[in-house]
Amino acid sequence: MQKKVACSFPDEVLEHVFSFIQSDKDRNAVSMVCKSWYEIERWCRRKIFIGNCYAVSPRMVIRRFPKVRSIELKGKPHFADFNLVPDGWGGYVLPWIAEMAGAYPWLEEIRLKRMVVTDECLELIAKSFKNFKVLVLFSCEGFSTDGLAAIAASCMNLRELDLRDSDVDDLGGHWLSHFPETYTSLVSLNSSCLGSDEVSLSALERLVGRCTNLRTLRLNRAVPLDKIANILGRAPQLVDFGTGTYGADLQSDVFSSLAGAFSSCKELRSLSGFWDVVPAYLPAIYPVCSRLTSLNLSYVTIQSPDLVKLLRHCPSLQRLLVLDYIEDSGLEALSSSCKDLQELRVFPSDPFGEEPNVSLTEQGLVSVCLACPKLQSVLYFCRRMSNVALVTIAQNCPNLTRFRLCIIEPRTADFLTLEPLDVGFGAIVEHCKDLRRLSLSGLLTDRVFEYIGRYAKKLEMLSVAFAGESDLGLHHVLSGCESLRKLEIRDCPFGDKALLANAAKLETMRSLWMSSCAVSFGACKLLGQKMPRLNVEVIDESGPPDSRPDSCPVDKLYIYRSVAGPRFDMPPFVWTMDEDSALQVS
Amino acid sequence: MEGSGVGGSESGSMSTVSWEDNMVVSSEDSSCPDESDLELGLGLSLGGKTGGFKMHQLSKGGQFSRILTAKDFPSVISAASPSSSSSSSSSSLSRANVTAGTKRTADSVAAANGSSQVVGWPPIRAYRMNSMVNQEKNMATEGFNSTMVNHKSETSMVEKTTAGIGKYQNNGNIKLRKSLFVKVNMDGIPIGRKVDLNAHESYEKLAKTLEDMFLKTTSSVNPAGSMTLELGVMKKITRPSKLLDGSSDFVLTYEDKEGDWMLVGDVPWEMFLSSVKRLRIMRTSEATGLAPQLQERNQRQRSKHN
Repeated sequence: MQKKVACSFPDEVLEHVFSFIQSDKDRNAVSMVCKSWYEIERWCRRKIFIGNCYAVSPRMVIRRFPKVRSIELKGKPHFADFNLVPDGWGGYVLPWIAEMAGAYPWLEEIRLKRMVVTDECLELIAKSFKNFKVLVLFSCEGFSTDGLAAIAASCMNLRELDLRDSDVDDLGGHWLSHFPETYTSLVSLNSSCLGSDEVSLSALERLVGRCTNLRTLRLNRAVPLDKIANILGRAPQLVDFGTGTYGADLQSDVFSSLAGAFSSCKELRSLSGFWDVVPAYLPAIYPVCSRLTSLNLSYVTIQSPDLVKLLRHCPSLQRLLVLDYIEDSGLEALSSSCKDLQELRVFPSDPFGEEPNVSLTEQGLVSVCLACPKLQSVLYFCRRMSNVALVTIAQNCPNLTRFRLCIIEPRTADFLTLEPLDVGFGAIVEHCKDLRRLSLSGLLTDRVFEYIGRYAKKLEMLSVAFAGESDLGLHHVLSGCESLRKLEIRDCPFGDKALLANAAKLETMRSLWMSSCAVSFGACKLLGQKMPRLNVEVIDESGPPDSRPDSCPVDKLYIYRSVAGPRFDMPPFVWTMDEDSALQVS
Repeated sequence: MEGSGVGGSESGSMSTVSWEDNMVVSSEDSSCPDESDLELGLGLSLGGKTGGFKMHQLSKGGQFSRILTAKDFPSVISAASPSSSSSSSSSSLSRANVTAGTKRTADSVAAANGSSQVVGWPPIRAYRMNSMVNQEKNMATEGFNSTMVNHKSETSMVEKTTAGIGKYQNNGNIKLRKSLFVKVNMDGIPIGRKVDLNAHESYEKLAKTLEDMFLKTTSSVNPAGSMTLELGVMKKITRPSKLLDGSSDFVLTYEDKEGDWMLVGDVPWEMFLSSVKRLRIMRTSEATGLAPQLQERNQRQRSKHN
C-alpha cells in the first residue's frame, strides 16, 4: 500500500512551506486537510484575527494556537460608532490580555477595534511582553495617557503606537517623556485623537529626532502650527504626516519655514490633520502635493475654490477625504485632476441643518464616477439622489468594492421621479460584481432587497436604515447573499418571520444587529433556545424584556455566532437568550 | 403598512415605539405585515399573536435612591424648568411619546422633548462629530471669518418649538438633531456611562434618566447580567438602595469648562448645556462646599418623596 504523500514530508518541511501562507483563509483551509496538517499548522500559526471577541474564548485560542505573536480583536458592533450601543455593553480586552500574558510571553502585536481598554490592561501589556512591538487601538476607550506612559516606559522594542479615533482620557502631554532617551525604534505614532491642550513639545521633538526610522507621525490638535517646521525638520524621511492645528495668524517667516520643511520631505505621500485651517497656510504644502497619494481634508472648512486650487496640485491622489464644501463643481474639477482616484469620502459639514448649506448633490459623485475608472471605494453624504444617477454610477464604476451612500434625510425618494431608489441600488449590485460592502439610504421598498439577494453574491457587509416594507425584504437578503458576514439594520419593519425562517443562515455570519425593528421578545427566546451556537442578546434599557409580553418588540438585538457560549460580562441592560430562557414564564 | 412609528414615518418604522404607543396606535402586531407573501418554514414560527396587550408598568424593581439636584434645595435659585411646555404637542401620540421618553435613557430614540429625535443618524462617527463641534467652537471664539453660516454651535439650544415638529406626517419628516453626549461617572461604579444632554429638556428628565441608569436595584435583573468579571476587574456594584432605606445618598454634580465642580441645577438649563463637560454622581458626604446645608435638606427630602 502506498504511503500517503502527506506523511512523507518531515514536519519541518511542511512548517516551512506553511510559513509562506499568510492569509487566514488559506491557513484555515490548510488546517482542514488532515490531522497532521492541522497539528503542524496550529503550532506554527503566528497571526490570529478574531472578528468578534465573544465568538471564542481566550483559552480556546491559546489551546489551539500556542505560539501566536500577533493578535487582532474586534469588540463592539459597528453601530456603536453612532452611539447606538449603550455604554457598558462590553468588549473588554482585559481577560484576553491577562490570559495571553501567561501564554504568549513573546507576543509582539496587539490590534484592537472598538474595545474597552483600561490603564490596567496597558500596564499589563507593558509588563508581560518583552518583545512588544505594535499596539493599535482603533476606536477604543477606557484608558488614559497614564497607561500610554507605561507602554512608553517599558516597551523597548515598540515600533508602532496607533490610537486612531480612540477616546482617551488625556491628562496632558507628559506621557511622551516616558520614552527613555535610549529608545529609538519608533516607526509609527498616531496620537491625533488626544484632546488635551497640553502637549510636551520638547519631549515630542526629541523623540522624533532620535527615532530615525519614523515613517508615520500623526500629531494631535495641541501641537501648534509654528512647531511643525521644527518637527518635520527632524524627520524628513516621513511618509505619512498628520498636522495638529493648522491655523495661526499669518506670518511670512512661519510660512516660509513651514514650506521649506515640507519641501525637504521627499518621501511624504500622505497628509492629514489640518484642524482649524487658515487657508493662507495651505500653499505651504504645495511642494509635496504632486507626490501625495492620500489626503485627508475632512476637517478643513474652506470653500470649494480653495479646495480645488489645492487639489489641482495633486495629480497622483488615490485617496481623498473631504467635506461637502467641495460641492459638485469641486468634485468635477477633482475628476479631471485626479485620474488615479480609488477612494472618495465626502462628509457633511452641516448634517443637522434643515436646508442644504452647500451645493453638493448626486452630480458631484456622478462626475467622479464618470471620470475616474479606478474608483473602488465610496462614502458619500448628500441630500438628494436619483435612480438615473445610481445607474450611471453603477455602469461606469463596475469595480466598486465599497459603496456607502447616506442621503441625509431618511426615506428620501428619487428627486426626479419621486419613486423609491430600488432600481438605482439594484443597478449597483448588479453591475458591481465585486461589491463587498454596501450601505443603503433613501426611500427603499422590499424590491431593493430582492435585487440585493439576487445579485450581491460577494457582499460581506450590509447596512440598512429606514428601509423596506415587510419581512420579505429581510428574507431576500438572508436567503440570497451567500457571502454575507455582517448585517446591521435599524428602523426597518422587519420582524420575526424572516429571522426565524433563516435562523441557520445566522450561523454562517459573524453577526446581525437589529435595532428599532419589529422582532418580538418571544422570537428572540425561541432563536436562543433553538440555536445553541448563536448568542442572542437583547439590549433594552427600559427594563427586563420578560416584564412585558412575548409579542412586544425588543429595542435592540445583537446575534452572533460563538463557540464560547453566552458571555458573563454583560451589563444589567443586556440579556442573553439561551436554552433556559424559553422556559421562563414571561 | 400601518405604522406605529411615532417618528412620523409611513412605513412603520419602529424607531420610536414604546409600549404605550403600541396601545394607542393599533392592536396589530407590528411584526406581521404581510402574511401571504412569506411561507414560514421549519416549524420555527411563533404561535398566534395576541392582538393588543395590556399596558405594563415598567418595573423598576422597587425602591431606589433619587439623585439630588439643586432643585431639591429650595432656597438655592433653582433652574427654571425650561421649555417643557414646548414639548407638548397636540397629538396624543406625542404625549405618549413624551411619557415613553422619560422611561428610556438618552441612548434611545424619541427622547422626552417630544420632537422625533433619531439617535445615530446621519451615521457620523462620534469622533468626527466631536472634532467638528470643537472646531466650530474654536472658530467662534477666535472670530475667524466663518463661511459656514449654517453651522450650529454646540451651545445653541437646538430644541425647537413644535411648530414644525409635532406633526407625525407620512412624509417621514424626521427631525435630526445633534447629540451632546457627556460622560457620567458614579462614585463606586468603575464603568461610566454616557448620556445625551440634548435629548433631555430639563434637570428633572436628566435626573430621571440617570436614576434609571445607575440606581436600579438588581432584583429585576438577570443574574447573568450583573457585572462580575472573573478577573475582578470590576467590583460587584453595590446598589445604594441596599445600603439605604430609599433616601438620597448621592448628589449630581458636573464639571464645567473651567474645570470647577458644581452642583447640577444651579443655572438655567441652557446655560448648563453650554458649560457642562461631564457629570459625576457624588456621594453626598463628599459633596461638601457644593450644597452647604445638605443634612437639613435630606430631612426635607425624605418626607417629601417617601
